[in-house]
Amino acid sequence: MSSLTGKSFNPVMNRRSVIAGVAGLGACSLISGCSDGGSGADGGSGAPAFKIGSMGPLTGPAASYGTSVTGGAELGCKDFSTDELPLAFKAEDDVADGEKAVNAFNSLADWGMQALVGPTTTGCSLAVAQEAENAHLFMLTPSATAPDVTDGKTVVFRACYSDPAIGAHSAEWLAENFPNEKIATFHNAGDTYSAGVHDAFLEKAEELKLDIVDKETFKDDSATSFTNQLTKAKNAGATLIYAPIYYTPASVMLTNASDMGYDVKVMGCDGMDGILGVEGFDAALAEGLYLMTPFSADDPKNADFVTAYKEAYGETPDQFAADAYDSVHAVALALAEAGLGADADPAEVADALPEAMTKITVEGLTGTLTWNDKGEVEKETTVYVIEGGKYVPA
Amino acid sequence: MSMMKCMQNTRARRDLITYALVIAAFAVVCLLQANRMIPRMIAGQLVPICSYVVMALSLNLVVGVAGDLSLGHAGFMSVGAYTGIVAAMSLTEVVPDDGLRLVIAVIVGAASAALAGFVIGIPVLRLSGDYLAIVTLAFGEIIKEIVTCLIVGVDERGLHVLFNLTGSLSAGDLNLSEGGVAIIKGAQGASGVEVISTFVAGFLLVMVALVVVLNLVRSRTGRAIMAVRDNRIAAESVGISTTKYRMIAFVVSAALAGAAGALFGNGFSQLSATKFDFNTSILILVFVVLGGLGNMRGSIVAAVALTILPEALRQFSDYRMLVYAVVLILVMIVSNNDTVKGAVGRLKARFVSHGKEVGTDA
Repeated sequence: MSSLTGKSFNPVMNRRSVIAGVAGLGACSLISGCSDGGSGADGGSGAPAFKIGSMGPLTGPAASYGTSVTGGAELGCKDFSTDELPLAFKAEDDVADGEKAVNAFNSLADWGMQALVGPTTTGCSLAVAQEAENAHLFMLTPSATAPDVTDGKTVVFRACYSDPAIGAHSAEWLAENFPNEKIATFHNAGDTYSAGVHDAFLEKAEELKLDIVDKETFKDDSATSFTNQLTKAKNAGATLIYAPIYYTPASVMLTNASDMGYDVKVMGCDGMDGILGVEGFDAALAEGLYLMTPFSADDPKNADFVTAYKEAYGETPDQFAADAYDSVHAVALALAEAGLGADADPAEVADALPEAMTKITVEGLTGTLTWNDKGEVEKETTVYVIEGGKYVPA
Repeated sequence: MSMMKCMQNTRARRDLITYALVIAAFAVVCLLQANRMIPRMIAGQLVPICSYVVMALSLNLVVGVAGDLSLGHAGFMSVGAYTGIVAAMSLTEVVPDDGLRLVIAVIVGAASAALAGFVIGIPVLRLSGDYLAIVTLAFGEIIKEIVTCLIVGVDERGLHVLFNLTGSLSAGDLNLSEGGVAIIKGAQGASGVEVISTFVAGFLLVMVALVVVLNLVRSRTGRAIMAVRDNRIAAESVGISTTKYRMIAFVVSAALAGAAGALFGNGFSQLSATKFDFNTSILILVFVVLGGLGNMRGSIVAAVALTILPEALRQFSDYRMLVYAVVLILVMIVSNNDTVKGAVGRLKARFVSHGKEVGTDA
């Protein structure tokens, strides 16, 4: 009897075991294939190279930031590679998701990464910084601005200004140059960077007694039209909009403002760098836009980098790429300072680099960079205004 | 004697095999890990895998067993994740032991998600079929939006909660004292979370979820739930309260999802609400459908395989999501192909009869 009942259950069982089996087999073969590929790459390269990993969103809506950072870092690895210290580079996609970023980090660690120049976005950097700290692997993020990224960590450094620094510097600059404007703020409430800069700006603006007449917000899923927010800002009498947002929503905002006939000064931060290249956006609308960003592709001193980047990737580099390039520069200098070779153990690197980083001075694309022992960078702030499709120092 | 009877009962045997497989998988992974044979990439995924397995089991209870298509399951996961994180972070000083704190966090996460499930279940379970699917989808989004508005901090005076509807508030408005920590910062999510989830805890949670789900399904309540699924009118005619039994399935499922969320949330140092969007709900549904509706063992395997797959496909770089999608389509087609089913059925029959002979020999 039992065999009969057993048989009657079989058809159901079979279908499922097939799915399970096929999925399992597929996953197994792929995993084994993957690890094979990894070890092959290791054995293939004859001379040992110092392995620098990077990551960012290479697919999805935030892909342009990730491709900039990994592109800049890759170019940096080519340029700062020397015979004594050859640099190898590998980038992984993190889709701007904390969970995937940790996976990408582990995947790079499996590859043998000795130092990480990344991640690109703040959320991922928060997740990965903790992993890097636990794994004792040196991390220098070129573009993550949240204070929590470096806070309380010994091996995590940053090559850009933190949110509070950007916000505070913006408020100081406005107080100095536009003390009488009525200011409206506009930020992405769903974005760590945007909200962080905005909060710090408000704090400093209050201290400097700037006239804030309106505060508007949006979220990623409503970033298609800002006419409502702009109408409110206009009715509140705002003559200047401070918008610490990324360039894609900024292009929408500028288009909306122009459609409404709302003539207003706009100031953005480094996240808005890249606005001239937004597809389907009339770059003429960006005329007169103020940007607090550390890098200008129009600056003659950066011409070599810009040409090389254009040759390699067919695009004009933005500050993400420049920060990443400077980060690799810093890692190379710090390695030399610490006297470490290409065969250094990742833990050895993490032991020595934090101290070496505080001793070096990088004459980079984004200014003269020095670091304090908290992992924060010091460099001059620059504000550019867009005139004739070019960045002109303001 | 009773053991023999138990083994003769096909259902009980299937359940036991499922338990045994999970335990065996855990033992193998532990063994490999002890010998450092697991790459970091897989090792780092063990906790999320356990969370996704529990998510798949819990959604299978609603979709497979109760027959209600729910598209908002990630919402319950986020409720569990955030309450779990708040519980774990605020008890750091009172309960210094990580394991105990995680257990409390998981229980708090499960309880709050169950409450959310109950509240949402009242209006939602008046509907069925496509309508229910759309309404659960909407509720999933509502939960996500509410969580996005939350600002939570803790200091020695207790928990401080702000509801940031206008988007103009920030963590600074919590007025925390010197030693206070902001745990959830609105849309920025939770950051600086101490990672306390471990693979062992994940394994235990999977086992608990399995015991709960399998026993519920085999119980009188479970039979009532399935009766409601199979024929609502017939079930009502024999005196089964359809709302009550669907609610039981829904709330238990929400509680398990909350527990999975708490495990997941305490496994990463940063977590934003956008993680638990519609895509995550669909991903969990894919696990369930791929593993087979009502088939718990299938759900487990599908959740594990489909979580590892995209990461294992990293070598395809930009094409990996394409490859992932193609693999998904192939698996779905092959698993529903009669020829393949027949072939495997014959193989299986041969294998089983062979096994029987060996059994009698021994």
